[in-house]
Amino acid sequence: MKKVYPDAAAALAGVLKDGMLIMAGGFGLCGIPETLILAIRDSGVKNLTVVSNNAGIDSIGLGILLDSRQIKKMISSYVGENKTFAQQYLAGELEIEFNPQGTLAERIRAGGAGIPAFFTRTGAGTQIAEGKEEREFDGERYVMERGLVADLSIVHAWKGDTEGNLVYRKTARNFNPMMASAGKITVAEVENLVEPGEIDPDHIITPGIFVKRIVHVPNAAKHIEQRTVRKRTAPATPAGTGVEV
Amino acid sequence: MPWTREQMAERAAKELRDGFYVNLGIGIPTLVSNYIPPGMTVQLQSENGMLGTGPFPFEGEEDPDLINAGKQTVTELPTTSYFSSADSFAMIRGGHIDLSILGAMQVAENGDLANWMIPGKMVKGMGGAMDLVAGVKKVVVVMEHSAKNEPKLLHRCNLPLTGAGVVDMVITDLGVFTIDKKGVRGMTVAELAPGVTKDEIRAKTEANYQIDPGLN
Repeated sequence: MKKVYPDAAAALAGVLKDGMLIMAGGFGLCGIPETLILAIRDSGVKNLTVVSNNAGIDSIGLGILLDSRQIKKMISSYVGENKTFAQQYLAGELEIEFNPQGTLAERIRAGGAGIPAFFTRTGAGTQIAEGKEEREFDGERYVMERGLVADLSIVHAWKGDTEGNLVYRKTARNFNPMMASAGKITVAEVENLVEPGEIDPDHIITPGIFVKRIVHVPNAAKHIEQRTVRKRTAPATPAGTGVEV
Repeated sequence: MPWTREQMAERAAKELRDGFYVNLGIGIPTLVSNYIPPGMTVQLQSENGMLGTGPFPFEGEEDPDLINAGKQTVTELPTTSYFSSADSFAMIRGGHIDLSILGAMQVAENGDLANWMIPGKMVKGMGGAMDLVAGVKKVVVVMEHSAKNEPKLLHRCNLPLTGAGVVDMVITDLGVFTIDKKGVRGMTVAELAPGVTKDEIRAKTEANYQIDPGLN
């Protein structure tokens, strides 16, 4: 079975439907599957519910799908500095469901692992717990949260082989591995596409069983949301130049 | 003189212990990393999936794949590890992080914390704050004592809670307050900033508190 598709549009062909639930990997603008997001915009699919920790920034990342008004609802932990998001939300055109970040991550992990619900201390005694079942374990209150499964997950990886085995780079890993496991169909964009055997099996983070389709994005744009630097006062080991797996 | 932001961060750094794994929030808490005592080993956790967070990169060496939870470019250290968001919050929720230092809008005398939303205003979301306060072994809040002359240390928070009964210590510009969040002792004034009087604390604090015998 061939998993590699020639471009992002081909990798999403036949998968997109109005009103579907899509999980999109990334934290801020780090590790986002932006080539696939652009292909979703071009497809014109509408009324999407999107699960993603953040909602991009204006016109970047998921901000692209907010600009084009293809998103009906976001499930996120923090939507930060996105003017388009605020405008659409305040105009009643966009729904938001806030989940604590760890609860969101665990809902996705649980969904991918076939676990329909779990109990967490996070949010006990807050409005996040309202309407949810609560139980006491060992004298502590816990809130029941549901697992999440997506019609489609889109993820970004640093390296992948044609079998769909994925490796992520640094903090661009974030939500991508859980989302890969929680999609009924998972499409991965990979910066480096290699043959099976070229990735040490001990280094694979997402096994290929979770990935149905792959597209090679050698020139994917990467964005920095908050560029912070320090003065070069003395020679030091350069950051981020370590040898990768 | 009340403490400055830097002095509040310096005071918060006294809660660090050798070998601690620590999560620092945005704002004054981030400054705490400037006051880690020489010779002490502390690993900073960034909830987006990094343990052993290094300093900001030199100009030209920023890496879009390497950011902290504030989305700022950072660097890695020899001790650094990377992991998924699920593993990151397993560390947090599972009680493996020793200390969380974060900001707040309001703290109540029973340890309730509000720092994520103001009804009627655009809500940005709670991010990882609810998980941190629910799971980390010790929670220290660093904040201004008052907001526009309104007290922030209250009997009960009137803003939506981030966590119920979660705060162990509050460091403001006026002093240090400890909270017996699981017990009955409530809030105690443990230290005063230089020149700050008990009368000033009384005038600017709504919460009930005891005064540490050492201050009498």
